Amino acid sequence: MLTRRPKALTALLLGCLALVGSAVGACGSATPGEKRLVVEIFGDLGYRDLYTKFEQSHPGIKIVEHIVSYDDHHKNLQAHLLGGSGTGDIEAIDGGYMAQFKVMADKFVDFRDYGADPDQWLAWKSQQATGADGRLMGLGADIGGLAMCYRRDLFEQAGLPTERDRVAALWPDWQSYIATGKRFMAKAPKDVAWFDSGSNVFNAIINQAPVGYTDRGNNVVVADNPAVKQAFDLAVEAVQAGQSAKLATFSQQWNAGFQRGSFATVACPAWMTETIRQNAPQTSGKWDIATVPGGSGNWGGSFLTVPKQSKHRKEAAELARFLTAPEQASWIFRTQGHLPSQAALYDDPAVLGNTNAFFNNAPTGRIFTEAAKTLRPQYQGPKDGDIGPLIGLGITRVDKGKQGPSQAWRQVLKDVANATEP
Amino acid sequence: MAVFAPSSVLPGRRKTTPAAAERRSRLRHKFDVSGTPYLYIAPFFLMFAAFGVFPLLYTGWMALTQWNRDIPGSEGTFVGLGNFARLINDDYFWNALLNTAAIGVLGTVPQLLLAMWFAHLLNRKMRARTLLRMGVLLPNITSVAAVGLIFAQLFGRDLGLINWVLSLVGLGKVDWQAGTWQSWVALAVILTWRWTGYNALIYLAALQAVPDDLYEAADLDGAGQFQKFRSITVPALRPTIIFSVILSTIGTIQLFTEPLMFNPGLSPTGGDSRQFQTLAMYVYEQFWTHGKYSYAATVSWAMFMIIVLAVGANYLLSRRIRSST
Repeated sequence: MLTRRPKALTALLLGCLALVGSAVGACGSATPGEKRLVVEIFGDLGYRDLYTKFEQSHPGIKIVEHIVSYDDHHKNLQAHLLGGSGTGDIEAIDGGYMAQFKVMADKFVDFRDYGADPDQWLAWKSQQATGADGRLMGLGADIGGLAMCYRRDLFEQAGLPTERDRVAALWPDWQSYIATGKRFMAKAPKDVAWFDSGSNVFNAIINQAPVGYTDRGNNVVVADNPAVKQAFDLAVEAVQAGQSAKLATFSQQWNAGFQRGSFATVACPAWMTETIRQNAPQTSGKWDIATVPGGSGNWGGSFLTVPKQSKHRKEAAELARFLTAPEQASWIFRTQGHLPSQAALYDDPAVLGNTNAFFNNAPTGRIFTEAAKTLRPQYQGPKDGDIGPLIGLGITRVDKGKQGPSQAWRQVLKDVANATEP
Repeated sequence: MAVFAPSSVLPGRRKTTPAAAERRSRLRHKFDVSGTPYLYIAPFFLMFAAFGVFPLLYTGWMALTQWNRDIPGSEGTFVGLGNFARLINDDYFWNALLNTAAIGVLGTVPQLLLAMWFAHLLNRKMRARTLLRMGVLLPNITSVAAVGLIFAQLFGRDLGLINWVLSLVGLGKVDWQAGTWQSWVALAVILTWRWTGYNALIYLAALQAVPDDLYEAADLDGAGQFQKFRSITVPALRPTIIFSVILSTIGTIQLFTEPLMFNPGLSPTGGDSRQFQTLAMYVYEQFWTHGKYSYAATVSWAMFMIIVLAVGANYLLSRRIRSST
């Protein structure tokens, strides 16, 4: 009997592991007569209480929300559109992916058919979701805006001003941001860099250019557009001056960098304020927010779409319009920090007067709306989402000392050519 | 075997002559004997046709077109073997092939040697033998994604356990993800950790066929553990080694999740200079990130042909080894 015990034990152990390994996601099924709307999004947009409100005013409708990771969500949507089945009734699409999905604009409903008016949103936001034939395939949910989050305590230790208006005056443009970085590094505490990663700085700079990676004829112009090279050179100058903490955005190490105070500034859109707060709650009050160099900008933000596959297009379109209406968007901003994209709210005192206690009561409402309102819209091509990270890799190679700037740029061009050929 | 009642005894049935009934019953019997085995294995082949052969052929067709995510209607553009011609001149494809081969060799050779040694040790009589035998399999049944994430942390530059140990013994910190060799070694460690136990069990099963007298005779002759391993275990395992080498080769060529998870930021480029981008990751990058559906299909077909070549080479080699013994 004794020799059998290990066997039984192992079997038990294996059984337990198998059980853990096969955790099954249960799917509820609709009761007869009930219309079930599936909302597929890639991060918490703060809609949960709004669903309940909508269900109460629309008897017979049941709303189910699926949240999947950013990359997987957009890959699934691409696959389901290609395959012709499997999408939700409402699908969120990130601003960075919008141009790519616009190629398949005919697979989404035109919200103008359901009474939506593109002028309800900031002009550039609606433009991003408007197809060549004028169809409105997405309703603006949130946007990012862009500001510069900075650590007051580290600025003080390096002998820089800490008050947000004086900090903003340090960097009217990116050149002076890098110059301030040099001043900071000269007296910085040990193991503290000026910013998180060169690619983030690059993204913020290129975002402000009138033309980005693609011209209006959908030609990729990375190699010919001087603005791209200038942004690359600026970012490279900064990383070569040792200002980067060399932390890839959204990596574990990047998250830890917030807790350890590895960098003094980070270009932050409105939604990132929540990321920082959750990553490093113990740094409350040490952070503050100033205007971003160059004054305007946007990073991220999403749209709601209704694929034509939906069996309840009318109800789904109605729900999407409800979720993106100014009243709901204002409520989401005040309770959860997602910056609205509705034009009407940009004069709304409740939005403009919003402050954030974690960031030393910074006037987030005023700073982020200002950045979003003054943004010069940049044309986005379907490949833009692929190109940005490839240039970011080039800056990282310089940052890690693996390549010189010109060699890194040559490989960037080669990578971009590889990504954009058919 | 099914038994059929003679139809004449059943009421209300159509009348048949005993000879016809006899003939039918014989036919049924014949079908039962020679037909049903095919029915039993049919589900596998139907599944294989749907999820193996069809995708293979469809991918082959895709490779002959210029289907691109961002060009509507491009799935109908026929380009013949143009994509394969591009592949020959694609540095990144050859880079991915080199990475895959290097990680494969680094991750497989020490692994199989270690697995043989484990099998040799587990073959002896000892306490809790079954527990230990099952225990070596544990790394294999854990989720690949979880393992990849945990190892990415262990190999972290600033906060990783491995760098902490290295700095304790006075060696400098290593940026495991940034370097070419460094990342290859780290990935080889992950593969070895995950698959050594699995191969050890396969070898152990083969060792059950080796008579104990051989080891006992060796003991009488005063052979040591290593000597017994070299002179008895390894020769006895030879056919199994060939089998596991083939399996490992196929597994290596398809290597994907571990290097993807190893990358901070999880981009399929395999590091900032594609230093650990494997073939499967290159397919993924071309297909999902860049939307080059046809080109990704071309790389997939190249992978398939590489696997066929590798398995063929293994087979020829194994025939030579077998005939030489």
